Order: sequence, then C-alpha cells, then structure tokens
Amino acid sequence: MTTTLPAYDEVVARYEPVIGLETHVELGTNTKMWCGCPTDFGGEPNTRVCPVCLGLPGSLPVANKAAIEATIRIGLALNCSIAEWCRFARKNYFYPDMPKNFQISQYDEPLCFDGYLDVEVNGELVRIGIERVHLEEDTGKTLHVGGATGRIHGATESLVDYNRAGIPLVEIVTKPIPGTGALAPEVARAYVTELRDVIRSLGVSDVRMEEGSLRCDVNTSLNKPGEEWGTRTETKNVNSLRSVERAVRSEMLRQASVLDAGGKITQETRHFHEDTGDTTPGRSKETATDYRYFPEPDLVPLAPDTAWVAELKAALPELPRLRRKRIQQEWGLSDLDMQSVVNAGAVELIEATVAAGTTPAAARKWWLGELSRRANETGVELADVGATPAQVAELQGLVDAGKLNDKLARAVLEGVVAGEGSPTEIMTNRGLEVVSDTGALTAAVDDAIAANPDVADKVRSGKIAAAGALVGAVMKTTRGQADAKTVRELILERLGAQG
Amino acid sequence: MAAISREEVAHLARLSRLAVTEEELDTFAGQLDVILQSVAQVGEVTAADIPPTSHSVPLTNVLREDVVVPGLTPQEALSGAPDAEEQRFRVPRILDEDVAS
Amino acid sequence: MSDLTRLSAAEIAGLVAAGETSAVEVTQAHLDRIAAVDDRVHAFLHVDTEGALAAARGVDERRAAGEEIGPLAGVPVAVKDVLTTKGVPTTVGSKILEGWRPPYDSTIVERLRAAGTVMLGKTNMDEFAMGSSTEYSAYGPTRNPWDLERIPGGSGGGSAAALAAYEAPLSIGSDTGGSIRQPGAVTGTVGAKPTYGGTSRYGLVAFSSSLDTPGPCARTVLDAALLHQVIGGHDPRDSTSIPAAVPDVVGAARLGATGDLTGVKLGVVTEFTGEGAEPGVLAAFRESAEALAKLGAEIVEVSCPHFKYALPAYYLIAPSECSSNLARFDGVRFGLRVGDDGNRSLEEVMSLTREAGFGPEVKRRIMIGTYALSSGYYDAYYGQAQKVRTLITRDFTAAFEQVDALISPTTPFVAFPIGARTSDPYQMYLADLFTIPTNLYGGPAISVPCGLSEGLPVGFQIMAPTMADDRMYRVAAALESTVGTFTPPAL
Repeated sequence: MTTTLPAYDEVVARYEPVIGLETHVELGTNTKMWCGCPTDFGGEPNTRVCPVCLGLPGSLPVANKAAIEATIRIGLALNCSIAEWCRFARKNYFYPDMPKNFQISQYDEPLCFDGYLDVEVNGELVRIGIERVHLEEDTGKTLHVGGATGRIHGATESLVDYNRAGIPLVEIVTKPIPGTGALAPEVARAYVTELRDVIRSLGVSDVRMEEGSLRCDVNTSLNKPGEEWGTRTETKNVNSLRSVERAVRSEMLRQASVLDAGGKITQETRHFHEDTGDTTPGRSKETATDYRYFPEPDLVPLAPDTAWVAELKAALPELPRLRRKRIQQEWGLSDLDMQSVVNAGAVELIEATVAAGTTPAAARKWWLGELSRRANETGVELADVGATPAQVAELQGLVDAGKLNDKLARAVLEGVVAGEGSPTEIMTNRGLEVVSDTGALTAAVDDAIAANPDVADKVRSGKIAAAGALVGAVMKTTRGQADAKTVRELILERLGAQG
Repeated sequence: MAAISREEVAHLARLSRLAVTEEELDTFAGQLDVILQSVAQVGEVTAADIPPTSHSVPLTNVLREDVVVPGLTPQEALSGAPDAEEQRFRVPRILDEDVAS
Repeated sequence: MSDLTRLSAAEIAGLVAAGETSAVEVTQAHLDRIAAVDDRVHAFLHVDTEGALAAARGVDERRAAGEEIGPLAGVPVAVKDVLTTKGVPTTVGSKILEGWRPPYDSTIVERLRAAGTVMLGKTNMDEFAMGSSTEYSAYGPTRNPWDLERIPGGSGGGSAAALAAYEAPLSIGSDTGGSIRQPGAVTGTVGAKPTYGGTSRYGLVAFSSSLDTPGPCARTVLDAALLHQVIGGHDPRDSTSIPAAVPDVVGAARLGATGDLTGVKLGVVTEFTGEGAEPGVLAAFRESAEALAKLGAEIVEVSCPHFKYALPAYYLIAPSECSSNLARFDGVRFGLRVGDDGNRSLEEVMSLTREAGFGPEVKRRIMIGTYALSSGYYDAYYGQAQKVRTLITRDFTAAFEQVDALISPTTPFVAFPIGARTSDPYQMYLADLFTIPTNLYGGPAISVPCGLSEGLPVGFQIMAPTMADDRMYRVAAALESTVGTFTPPAL
C-alpha cells in the first residue's frame, strides 16, 4: 500500500465515525454447552470429546444450565431485558472446526436484548447501547501444517482438535455507537475494558484476551456530517485492549483515505494485525455464505420464568463502576489517583490487600509502585505478576512491625515474585530482618563514632544534621538491615544531642 | 414457468457441497422443479395470524446440570477418521478463511 | 424350518423364562433362518452372529444363576441400521458411512440389551431413511416376502421384511413420515410410531429431527406393545424426550384383545377415504371399520381440512432439517473420504466425498432443503410449512374433541413392483400421504394388518392423541382379534 494516510485530527474534522462492537466471551463452566465434556484448557488434542461435541451421527445436544444462567446474569448486568421465550437456531456453514457443519447459536430470538453499559471516558459517562446477548458454541482448533508461518495460506494440510468445540460462548453485540467523534477509539477501548470488568465481577469467565476467552470484532464506518451513516467494515482478530483502540483508529484512517480519493467502502471483514497495527481485507460480505438459520429442532425453547430471573438478579454482585465509586470514596482518592488504579488493573488487588489488613495507601503503594513496574517489565497483567494480595498484606505487616524497612521489604518482595515462599519465610531464609538487637546496634554506633571523631564533635556541638554521615556508616556496617530511625536516635543519645 | 433454473440448482449444489455432474444437473433441475412446484401448495393457506410450529413437544427449559461425564478416549474419537495425524483429524489444505464467530 | 421362528416374542420370552428353551437355541434358529432366506429377501445389512450368540449365552447364564433376565430376555430383535450400535457397523443405508463402527450405543439399543433381547443385526433401509420402498438403499433393495418382485415399503423395509420372513420376531424402525407404518402395512406386519418424544432419539442418525421417531415393529399387536414398553420412556440425553412414564401400552393391548370396544368412538378421516386410495385398499379398510363397529365402537366421519397440505409441508420441513443434519457427513471425522490426492483442497474433497457418498434421493432432498431455508425463500417455503404444521395440529386437536382416535388406511396402495416409482420422485412421495399428518402433529399412530387386496396385505392406521399411545394399541388389538394375522406364502 503506497497511499499516505491522512492525519487523524483532519479525519475527525471531516468525518463522523460510527462504531459497533461484537464481543465473544468463553464461559468458565465446568462442562461444554451441549455435553458433559470438561472445558479445562491445555489438554492433549481430542481428549475432551464425546459423540456430541464431535458431532457424531445420532448424537444430540442438551443445554448446560450453568451456561444459560451465566448468560442471563451477563444480560442483567448489562441492563438487558430477558426473553420470556426464545429458541436456539442453527447457523449453517461448512468448516472443519465445526463438527456438525452448523453452529448452534441464536438468531432473531436472543436470550437477552436491549440493554446498555455506562462507561467512563475522560471522566465523562458514555452510555453504550446493547443490542443483544446470546449464547452459542465455540469451534475446535485447526493447526495449519506445511505453510511458512502456521497460517492457512501455503499450508499443505490442517489438523483439527475438537477439545474447544462446544465450549459455551456468549456473544454481546452493541447497538451502533454514533457521536463519539475523535474519541471513538477510546470509547471502543473503554467499552471493552468495562465489559471485561463486568463479566469478571460476575465470575462467569476469566475474560483473558490473550488466551482467547474474550474476543472482539470491531465495526467501523465514516460519514460526512449531516449525511447518512457510511458502509461499515468488520475488523476481526482484535486481541488486546490496546488493539481495540488501534483497530478503530487505523480503520478510520484507511476509510477516510478511500473516501477522500472518491472511492467507496466495501462491506467486508478485515483482519487486524498486531505487528503493523493495520487491517487487511478478508472475505467480502457480498459473496458471504447464506447461513440458512432455522430453529434448532434438537433443542426445546428456553422460557426463563420471572422467579428464576429475579433470583439471578438478586444474586448479582456490585457492578465495577459503582464499586469503583464506593471504593474511591472509602480510600479517599482523587479522580486522577483512582484512574491510575483502574488503569493499572489494580482495583481488586488493592481491595483484597486492604481486606487482608493493610491501609489503602500502603496497598496502593505496593501495587502501583514496585509490582506495576515488574508487571510492565515482564509484560504480564498485574494480577499475574506473582504476588498475591495476602502476600502483599503480610509484607506490609512486617514493615509496620518494624521488622523490615523499605529497602528490605523490596528485596523480600523480589523473593515473593520469584516464588520463594511467604514474606516471613523469605525474610528469615535470606536473613533480611531489620537488626533490632540494641546491643549489636549500640556496638555499631560506637564503632562509627570512634571512627569519625570529627563528625561526632560536630554533632555534640549541636550540628545535628551532621549525624546523617554517622547513620550512613552504621547502615553500611549492618548491610542495610538496621532501622535508620532507630540508628539516628541511638547516635544522638550517645552523643548527648537532642533530635 | 419453471420454479427453479439449472443455474440455481448448480448454486444449491455448491452451497450443499455436492460436486454434481453436468448430467445430474439436468436431471435434478427437472425433478426439483416438479417437487418445488408441488410443495409450493403450502402457500395456498392464508396464514397471516397463524404461529409457526417448530417443535411438537410442549417442553421448555430442558437443561443439564454442569457436571462432567466421561467422554471418549482419543483412540475412540479418532477410530472412524478417514485420516489422522498427531492425535488430530487430518484434512487437506483449506481454501476458505471462513470463521463465523 | 424351526418352529421357534414362528413364535411371537411373548411366547419366546415365556419359554425362555420357564427354561423350556434357551436363548441360544432361539437365537440359533433365527440365525439359521436368516442364512436360509436372506439372500433372497435382503432384510439385513449386517448380521452380528457372534454378538447375538454371546448375548444369548449371557441371558442363559443369568437365568441359570437365578438372576433377573429382563422382560424380553432371549427374544431376538433386528435393529434398523439408523441406530448406532457400539462396535457394530452402522451405515444408515448409505455409502457415506460404509464401514463405520460407532464408538457408542443409542439409547434404544442400550434399553434393548437391558431388557435381555438379543440383537441379530442391522436391517436395510432407504438411505438416511429417505424413501418409501427401500430401493434407495445404497446396498440394494429389500424384497417383500409376500412377493419378491415387490417392494417391502420404506424406509424401514428391512425391519418389516425381517418380520414377514420370520427372520426375527421383533424389530426396531424409525418413522419420520411413515417409515414404520407403511412398511408394516405392505408386509402384513404391525408397526407403531410412538408419540414424538416418547422414544429417545439419542443415537438415531437424524434425518428430520423434529419428526424422527423410533418405534417397535412386530407380527402381533401385543409384541409391538411389549417392545414399545421396553424402549420407551424419558431419556435425559434427548432434549425433546418427554419426562413421563410410557403409557400402559401392554395393558391396553391385552384389553383390546378381549374384543370389546364398547364406548370407544372412532373417526374415519374423510380426506383419506376418497379418491387417491386403491379400491382394494379402501374395501379392506371399510370392512375392518365395520368389524370394529361390531365390537362396540362408534364410527363417525371426521374432516381434517388441512391434511391435504401435510405432504407439501412435510416435503419442505423434512428436507430443510435434513440439509442441515447431513452437513456433518463431510469425510473429516468419520466415514467415506473421496478424492484426497494430496493436491485437492478440503472444499473439493468434501464436495467429491458427498457427491460419491450420497445417492440421488438424498441429494435431491438436501438441495430442496437448502433452497427452502435460503434467505428470500425461507418465508414462502419453510416458514409457511411451519404454519401449515400448526393448522394440521389444530385439525387433530379438534378431531380428538369429537373422537378417541382417528382411523384411515395406512397407505393409498399395496406393495408396488420394484422399480415402478423410482423414476418419478413425487410418485414415491405419495406412498406416505396418509401417514405424514401424524408426524407433523407429533402424536402416535399404528398400522395393523386388516386384509388383503389382490393377495397383498393392506394396513389399517389408528391415530391417537399425543401421549395416548395406549389407546391405539387397544383398538389395534381389538381389530387383530377379529381379522386375525396374515401369513405370507412360504419362501
């Protein structure tokens, strides 16, 4: 592509974007959607299969109650209406990762519909309309062999593993989102982030984009102000929050350059590339398969009664945005500080650390400081950094008890992240405890005074600030394992000076 | 007038993944035409306010508890496979990059 | 010929339970009979000699040990090749599944084993149960024991012919549009389609999911009821299975056999007793209806105005569902694969596999169904057919407010010569004209032999309300008590 893309601010000055998002969430149920096969991740190929999820002739699906309930809970959390009566439908298309060559999904009768999710962008509340939330089944995994990069092109054959086939998948579709202007990419990202947090708070999925348990497709179109909405493209393969934002921006720029040149946008599926940050065309919708949806005859309708729905609604947890508001007040944080906590993905971690007995300030210091730094360095999510809230609370407890100073505590935390054990164990094993034995300390202080008579005289004569040099000397001989405050007090006491 | 053309039958065969021969296309076009003209009789019924029936059993909410039950061993799963490799089902190279969800 | 093959299932079960014969003896007698006649009848696609004898020995051992042996212990049964049998070939009469040995048993087969029956093997059928003559089997037609030049009905021609040829006293069929009842009618045997949801479809290779109903075939009404009792009832692996006990079909068959139908009101379906049926068929039907009146039944005429749309609605609904159900036969996970030369793409190999693996009738129905479900045609075809289904259900509901059961001939014509209707698919479809409405409604129906026309059997159909399967057995047994059973000429 040789076209030079226009500048983003020029694009948003001339065009108005309309975006929409389709998100797929793999539910964390024990078993698959239609059969009792386990859903655990990472098994040997074709070890979590049965006649049903292999689509063997004669097999029949039976819906997983937990998956239905999880979907209703997601719908309720997204302020949706729950269908009083709805059916599953077959979506017919041939592909080897679909064992039956049709996917059991929902078509014009979704289980949940017409809701919304409020998200915060730059401190402003944006209400995202939810079109529908429905339940379907995941596909198997195809390994392409013989090609250069494991991609489908150039492969000489493919190998299929059906362990993932039939895992329940919830699809959440927004209504078209107009009017976000230059903020469209950030709105998209904020929506997916908020959605992820909502689903995580429900405990129905681990919603990990990098493991594919949360997948996102982004629809984008541009129109000139006052004109009708433009033709939209659907960008697939958007696998991180950052990519959501980049994909919208990149597609806005690409479409603007096409429109600027007098061209037309083709309604098509495009694929996002993490490495380059741009999209390339996939299958065009005009030649798309006719999916021939019809009601799934092997399953009977769902008709959640009001009592069941009410029971599920009553059991919903506090939703993330409201919880954040409450926590912000409890912790006494400014909007900006709260935002940095949220951005770091540290809300739950800090909350749990506080629950384990630490002050909000101390908990925030560890998670946003040392641990966030390590997470960034190693490229993992904060929750996966290797320390648990309980360990952080224990560490802080040792600091509060005067057994660790700041520097020692950081060393202990290093051991925790390295998996060496609990903070107390590491402190003991590595001999990192603050020297609190006053006898030993007094000896070290006396040594320092004897070795620096000039400094000692200055202090005696009232130049208390000079004591710092003596403190440094003591810390050096104790290899940092002394509490600096205690050392300072001891020195002043020995020299008869007042602190 | 014919209800269905030879070209439409060819399209249906492609959609249905059937590599029908030219000769078959001729035969099927004629036969499908007779059948479709006949079944089109369902259109004689004025049914604007009639709800469709997709299931004859009056059941709803047939659900299963989320409990693991033993499935097949990989050997059983692959026992009927025309071709297998590395404990997976082997298929020839795929042309379409069609992924629906 | 051994006498054992002429006995009813009830008689065999009694003798085995009493120790007057052994399951092995009974089984061997039937295996011998199969060996003697099946090269002419071709009712079986696979005879499981080893498995049958092993199962029979198991029954005899359990009996000798004083253990519970099951209500039909030692009774041989032939199973339509549409039901999966673990480790035993299951082809559905199609080349596309040639050689496939399923890794699991269907629920019906599990229940047959639990009842102590001995499975002799798998019976021939029209490919994927699509057909009315068994001529569409990829493995050659089954022949009617009454006249080997004629068809035994279909799709379950093998299961019906096996009974008429005394190769088995019981068999299992599946009825989507008449595939149990129509073969029963043209072979002079009894075939019952239970209420949809009354018998499990788990392991029944699907043709049309919302219509397919497995059920019993036998030479007597009581035997059919005994088999029905054993295979019926709720199955949690089938979402459309009705969570209720099997109606007391055995009790009803015994009650009917007393020959008293006082207080029973039967409705002759006006639409099915005019033109469209052969005169000989109508005559046998009328005589039998009169015989039922003599047993005390009140007979009235009932009109079901929408039944005439049943055939077109069926030939939209069933192909639509089949076009989707048969998509899985693609040469990836099981069955045939054709054209994989290392060069062709998956798409080409799939298309060549399906082209080679499916017969013409299956291809026709897949294409009709694909058409009927396509966007732009859905409302006029599939959608409209589903509305017709509602109207037919309303006809049944209205009729059952007036009468206890509906009656009609099972088929418009007796067994036709092999090859007579294969060139015109629509002529073949007419064989199911009278049986299809029940499938669309979901209720039970039974075909019981009621006489002969030109020396060939005529079937009498009794249709009952949903989950009132017992009612049709009572009437069927009463009819059997007065017209008797029909024995084909010796083979």
